[in-house]
Formats: sequence, C-alpha cells, structure tokens
Amino acid sequence: MKQLSTKVTSNAHGQDSSYFLGWEEYEKNPYNEIKNPNGIIQMGLAENQLCFDLIETWLAKNPDAAGLKKDGQSIFKELALFQDYHGLPEFKKALAEFMEEIRGNRVTFDPSKIVLAAGSTSANETLMFCLAEPGDAFLLPTPYYPGFDRDLKWRTGAEIVPIHCSSSNGFQITESALQQAYQQAQKLDLKVKGVLVTNPSNPLGTMLTRREINLLVDFISSKNIHLISDEIYSGTVFGFEQFVSVMDVLKDKNLENSEVSKRVHVVYSLSKDLGLPGFRVGAIYSNDEMVVSAATKMSSFGLVSSQTQYLLSALLSDKKFTSTYLNENQKRLKIRQKQLVSGLEAAGVTCLKSNAGLFCWVDMRHLLDTNTFEAELQLWKKIVYEVKLNISPGSSCHCTEPGWFRVCFANMSEDTLHLAMKRFKQYVESTDSKRMISKSSHERIKSLRKRTVSNWVFRVSWTDRVPDER
Amino acid sequence: MVSFATEKKQDLNLLSRIASGDGHGENSSYFDGWKAYEENPFHPIDRPDGVIQMGLAENQLCGDLMRKWVLKHPEASICTSEGVNRFSDIAIFQDYHGLPEFRQAVAKFMEKTRNNKVKFDPDRIVMSGGATGAHETVAFCLANPGDGFLVPTPYYPGFNRDLRWRTGVNLVPVTCHSSDGFKITVEALEAAYENARKSNIPVKGLLVTNPSNPLGTTLDRECLKSLVNFTNDKGIHLIADEIYAATTFGQSEFISVAEVVEEIEDCNRDLIHIVYSLSKDMGLPGLRVGIVYSYNDRVVQIARKMSSFGLVSSQTQHLISKMLSDEDFVDEFIRESKLRLAARHAEITTGLDGLGIGWLKAKAGLFLWMDLRNLLKTATFDSETELWRVIVHQVKLNVSPGGSFHCHEPGWFRVCFANMDHKTMETALERIRVFTSQLEEETKPMVSTTMMAKKKKKCWQSNLRLSFSDTRRFDDGFFSPHSPVPPSPLVRAQT
Repeated sequence: MKQLSTKVTSNAHGQDSSYFLGWEEYEKNPYNEIKNPNGIIQMGLAENQLCFDLIETWLAKNPDAAGLKKDGQSIFKELALFQDYHGLPEFKKALAEFMEEIRGNRVTFDPSKIVLAAGSTSANETLMFCLAEPGDAFLLPTPYYPGFDRDLKWRTGAEIVPIHCSSSNGFQITESALQQAYQQAQKLDLKVKGVLVTNPSNPLGTMLTRREINLLVDFISSKNIHLISDEIYSGTVFGFEQFVSVMDVLKDKNLENSEVSKRVHVVYSLSKDLGLPGFRVGAIYSNDEMVVSAATKMSSFGLVSSQTQYLLSALLSDKKFTSTYLNENQKRLKIRQKQLVSGLEAAGVTCLKSNAGLFCWVDMRHLLDTNTFEAELQLWKKIVYEVKLNISPGSSCHCTEPGWFRVCFANMSEDTLHLAMKRFKQYVESTDSKRMISKSSHERIKSLRKRTVSNWVFRVSWTDRVPDER
Repeated sequence: MVSFATEKKQDLNLLSRIASGDGHGENSSYFDGWKAYEENPFHPIDRPDGVIQMGLAENQLCGDLMRKWVLKHPEASICTSEGVNRFSDIAIFQDYHGLPEFRQAVAKFMEKTRNNKVKFDPDRIVMSGGATGAHETVAFCLANPGDGFLVPTPYYPGFNRDLRWRTGVNLVPVTCHSSDGFKITVEALEAAYENARKSNIPVKGLLVTNPSNPLGTTLDRECLKSLVNFTNDKGIHLIADEIYAATTFGQSEFISVAEVVEEIEDCNRDLIHIVYSLSKDMGLPGLRVGIVYSYNDRVVQIARKMSSFGLVSSQTQHLISKMLSDEDFVDEFIRESKLRLAARHAEITTGLDGLGIGWLKAKAGLFLWMDLRNLLKTATFDSETELWRVIVHQVKLNVSPGGSFHCHEPGWFRVCFANMDHKTMETALERIRVFTSQLEEETKPMVSTTMMAKKKKKCWQSNLRLSFSDTRRFDDGFFSPHSPVPPSPLVRAQT
C-alpha cells in the first residue's frame, strides 16, 4: 500500500519475532491461581514485582508526595503546566543521586547531563538518532534484548551488527569477537558508529567483567566511536560481586574528562530496579554537551509526565528509603533466583551462573532433538503450549547457539514459580523417559555424555575465567 | 594539540546530521522573545516592569476547577490511601494499548468536545507523547523521507520540528491571505500541490489545525468538505490537528472532520486521521497526553507499536480515566472553560478595539491574531521584526511575530490571553495603550476610529529609546533558551 510509509508496510518493528508471539499466546490463556490454574505462566516478562510493598509503605508515610502536595498545599496546577523538557530539577537531582548510590557512590552523576525520556525504549532510540545516520551500524554482543531491533533500528534506519559471544567462555565479549564484528560491518559497507552493551546483561543476567569493559573502552577509543552502556538492570545485582559500571572504569583509567568520556553514554530507567515500567521513566546520561542538547530537544517527543516526576523526586530523595529498598530488593531477587535455579536443577537443567537481572539464561541444549534452531523452536512450542510456560527462546535474542532460553523469575509469586518448576520437571522427566525408550543404548550413552560434557565444559570454562580486579 | 575548531568539527562528525544540525527549529529568532521573558519575567509585585508572557498558548483559566476535583477525588491517585490498592497493577502496566478505561474516557471526552455530534471508537485511540509525539508518529506512518505534507500558512512553528526533524519529511506551505480571512481555498491547495510536484516532492498528505493556531478561526462545514474531497481525490491523507477543539468561545460550535466524513458518500476513510491532546482543552500540558486517532486500521496498528516511544504514564492514564469518567465534572469544566475564554477574549478585544488595533475575527483558541500592519515602516518582514523587538524590549510584551508562523504577509502577531490572570491582562492592555498613545503623540493628530485602521504610518523610532543593533541570533544549540515555557514556580523554588 504505497499510501503508507515503508516503516508501516515492512515488518521492521520486529514484533513478529517469537519473543512477542509467546506473549500473544500468554494473553490468550493467562495463568491465574484461581480463575485459570491451567493457563500459561508468564516467564517471558522481565519485570520486578517483588518490592511493591516497600513503595506502598513509603506512600502511606508520605501523604504530600502521594497527594501531589507541597507543604500541605496542592501543586497540581503547577505540575499540570510543567512541560519543560529539562525536567523537574529536583527529580533529576534525585535520579542522579540514586544512580550514584547504586554504584556505591564511587562515581558522580551530574544532573545537568541527564536527559529524561519515555522509558529506556525512547532513550535508546533517541541516542541512535543522535549518533547514527540511516545505514550506520552499532555493534551489539549476542545474545541481546529482542526489543533493540525495534528501538535501535526501526525508525532510525540504523543497523545492528552482532558481536558473537559463545557459551564456551560464558558468553563474554572477546577482543577477537569485537574485531570480527567490526570487520563484518565493513564487509557489509556499514559505517560503525559505536558499540552498545547492556550491563548487567539481558538476557544473560551476568555483569560485564572489568576486563570486558576495559576492552570496550580501549576499542572505542582506538576506533573513535561511541559506547552506549544500557545499565537498566544496575540495581538488580544480588551477588557478592560489585556492579562495575562503565563510569567506574572511566574513573579508574583517569579518563573522566577526556575525549573518550564524551563518547561514552549511559542509558538508565526505573522500570526494572524500581519495578515501575508503567511510569515510563528513562534517562540518557552523556558527557557530550551536544548530545545532551540534541537529546533534550528530542525528548519533547516523549517527556516524562510531570505528575510522575514529582512523585519520584520525593521517593528518590528519601535516602533512607532508597538504601533500604536497594538492599531489600537485592535480597529478594537473590532468594527468588535461587528458587528458579534449584527448581531447574531438579529437572536436570542448568543455568549460566549469574548474579543480576530478573531472569536466568537456561541451558536446554541437551533437550533438543538436534543441535538446530528448528529444534529449539520445536522445544519452545512444546514448553509454551504443553508445559504452559512462556519462556523466551535464545534465537529471539539472536543467540548463535541453539538451546538457550531466558526464563524470568521476578514477575510472579513464589507459589507460581513453584508450580512452574513442577510443570517443567514433569515435562523433562516424561521426555527423558520417552527418550530412553525410543533411543538405542548407544545413543543413550551419547546423549548422556553430551549432557555431562556440556556441564563439564561449562564448569571448566568458568574457572578458567581471569579473576576480576576489585 | 588539536585545535578547538578541529575538535568541534570532529565532534560534529561523531554525531548524526540530525543532532548537529538545527532541524529542531530552536535557533529561530522566535526564541528571542522567550529569552527576554526568562531574563525578566513579569510579576505584579516583585517585577512589575518585567516582560509579560503573551507567547505561550496555554489554558490556565480553569486550573482552580481542576485542583478542586483532584483534592476531592484522592482515589484518582494510585498513591493516596484511597487509591493505593491499584498501585502495583498500574505501576507495571506498560501495555501500549493503554488502559481500556483511559481510552474509553478519552473517547467520551472527544465526543463531548464535539457536541456529541460524532462517536469515537476507543479502540482507535493510540497514545503518544503529547501532540508533539502524535504528529511525529503520524509523519513516520504516512510518509517516507523526502515526501511532503501540505500545511496552510500561517502555522504553528513547532511543526517544523515535529513533522520534519527526525522523519526527513518536507512541509509545503499552502499560502493563505488576509484578504479573505486566511481561508484555505482549493486554488491555494492546488497551487501548493503543483509547487511540490515541481520540486519533486511527493505529497503524502495535508495537515490542517482546526481550530487554527495561530488564527483562532474554525473551518466551516463547506471548507472541511472541500478539504476531504481534495485529499480524497488526490489519494492523499488528511490530518486534522484538533487540539483546540474545546476552546471555542461561549456558544460557538466546533465542527470536527469526524462529523464531515460521515456526510460524504464514498469517503475513503483510510486517508483520515485526527491528532488530539489534553494540553489545551484541559490545560494539562505537563501530563503529556497525546492521541492519534485514525480511521485506517493499519495506521492504528503501527502507530500503536510506535507509541512505545512515548506512552502516557500509567499513573496519568489512571488519573485521567477517573477524571474524564466524571461526566458532571467534564460538562461543568467544558462549559466554564468556554465562558471564561469568551470573557477573556472579550476583555482583550474590547481593549484593542478602543485603541484602534485590528484583530482577525475568530471563534476559538487561546490567542488572537493581531493586525499591526499599519505600524510597519515598510510591508516587509524586516520591518515586522523591528516592530516586534520594540514590543518585546520596550513595551515588554512577549508576543509572537507572524513571520515565525510562516505567514505570507508581514505585520500580524499572535497574542495569547489565556495563560495569565486578570490583573496581568489589564497591565498588558495598559502597556499597549501607553505605547499607542506615545505613537499618537509623535505624529500629527489623525481622525481615524475604524478597526482595520488606515492610520498614517507612524514613525516610532524617534523619541522612544530604541536599539536596533541588537540583531543577534542564537547561533548554536549550546545557548538555546529553555524549551518555550516560563520559569515554573516548581523550578524557581529550587534556585
């Protein structure tokens, strides 16, 4: 239909991918403890629903903020008129301090370098508009968040060239993978404008090591390109290891006011750490004044509601609340993740060792009929339609190896998680027994060996990792 | 050592053309007035000689009604004890379909503001980041880079950014003239269409703002029909920005394109789209409630996916759905708003009439289109700019010059009247009175009391302390003023 743009007529929004199709199936038959106990359990939604009680308690104690009042007086009128794209100053200040707190106050964020956006969806797209021409490319390590295909490419015309990461080293970014991706872009005649990483990673749930971040900073420095670090999950780190932000590394390398630092941009949002995706609060942090200036003007296309800015500025300014929240959030995430991991282990399934995020990266390679993406899709369909769990297949995240799945754990109650694990265990056991019956002994041994080998390789590769500097 | 100039050049190469260019439109001299206001904002007690902001099309006349409702309905907030039981559900709600109750309430509101003459389907309501986001989304949906939209002049300056900046779409002006009250004629449309063709710009649609910004006029039924027919015949889209729908004064009626499409046989509705927002009719620009309403299913589908880039905060959706579902409140609000707008409009126009200053007859809007052509030294835009600088810096009123709206004829100014209280309006009128009487003193006495005054061109340079050396422009993005809003008390409180 030539009356509509090519953006409409093509499917570049990426929403035909299996990632979204699983959601559609869930929508048709959603699990409900009482009303629909046989429905599909949503494990494909990276949401944090574990700490609403903390926020609700805070609201009860803070009637002014809750009622859009200041010193007991309604400021609704003033808020209703406030549309300054620079944002509410006290909100940006509180947001900057919150970001600092998440990073152990080791680095500082200047509120004037923050640009607000309608969620990180908008923040990432805006950065693309600022840094890339149509046809330019950004390098992204695989696997990556499926939404990037829409956010980074759809309306901007930018391209994504994958940096292939493999399970052989826990999906870490290597120098050779980076260089290969860069060369691949050049072969495709695409100008590389930068690298975008999500740290902690979605879908892996792992944090980038200091070594990897150093590698990235050196790489962009030598190539004179940008680095975008989407740190949307920075407040979901629950392990013993500290979160290392790209800002930490810039500081440690004494690059804080350098030319390179101007090409490093951080994306943040309150959707995951605070569990408030409905409020649409995203942010771009950049040391480049021109990026800040251009992005600020672009934010007109997706400003944060003043009502929301006011509420959150009060919430985040309460340091007692933020420190309690961050601690408690981490504790609860850790417990819930452990429940998922042990539930999967009981079914003979392992995950990539992780200590962040709202999901696990699950290794189901041994459950595939063949080592192919077709087999992965077949397995996925079984899990969605028969086991009634909506999980996300690795192929939707552009993983180069079939058999990996992202499974979320923070968007449901403990009971629901237990039920999900029960269903899954039943499924694996029934397929195992079917496998045992149908396969010959030779094949049985081969498949057992394959499973053991993969676990062994996994464990060995883990200890081979270079110990991180603290 | 790399020189600063080279460094800057390198910077420019590192950023996209979109980011390093001035497609955002904020380098226009239009913003000089904002700057003057921001540096010296009027306050009746603290700064009685400050600049009065008359360049901001905001509806502040019914804020008291709004505040009262919010205080009376704590359950509309998900944060108060009355409403917190909905907190977690709403906080996680990011479905780009929007809360069903929100869409239903907005559809109902749109119907009420069109005198219930049409029905709006809640399933066609798509959210956006204000009308700003809505326009950009529509442009992305209907046009490819290099395509064009026809836009009647004068038009809202923000369209240059909203429709063109990141989309690569062109705007092709449809010239309208004061001689027929700036009507949009088929001749003008055809001429513009032909211009586009000659410039190799494929025309994809026609965008009209109805009621008009900056004119305040509304399109009558016949004109609307002619626009629908013109666009249908050419197979191009018609986008009606109806953001000022409920700002018709007193008893004046607003006819929506939605009403007209029902009356045209064989109308191709796939080509009809409406942009709407609550920023003007309800005076809630800070809440960022923009709407794309399309009769084209595919456009609804895709615009909805694009709305991910500018969803309305679920907290706000919840508040608005509660507010707009209160039909008694809505009816009272709309009625009261129109009365207050009518009164304020009457106040300013009576004042101007008494001073012999002309203005375009209009029935809607938060502003009027003032005729100062007779005060220009020459019928040029340079002259208009000179006069404007006098008004901003000497008379201390930030009004908007017609040139910034791409008006074809110099000498027109948009003057907003709904963003201030009564006392401020009185002060503004007094300043205009003083200004015009000073001009009278400098010229021979004239006997002329007609509204579209044919006064002798006044020489307004001599006695007033004027400075025309101040022709600086904003050169680059670093020194752009704030986005065009006044220093809010929320911001001031911090400094």
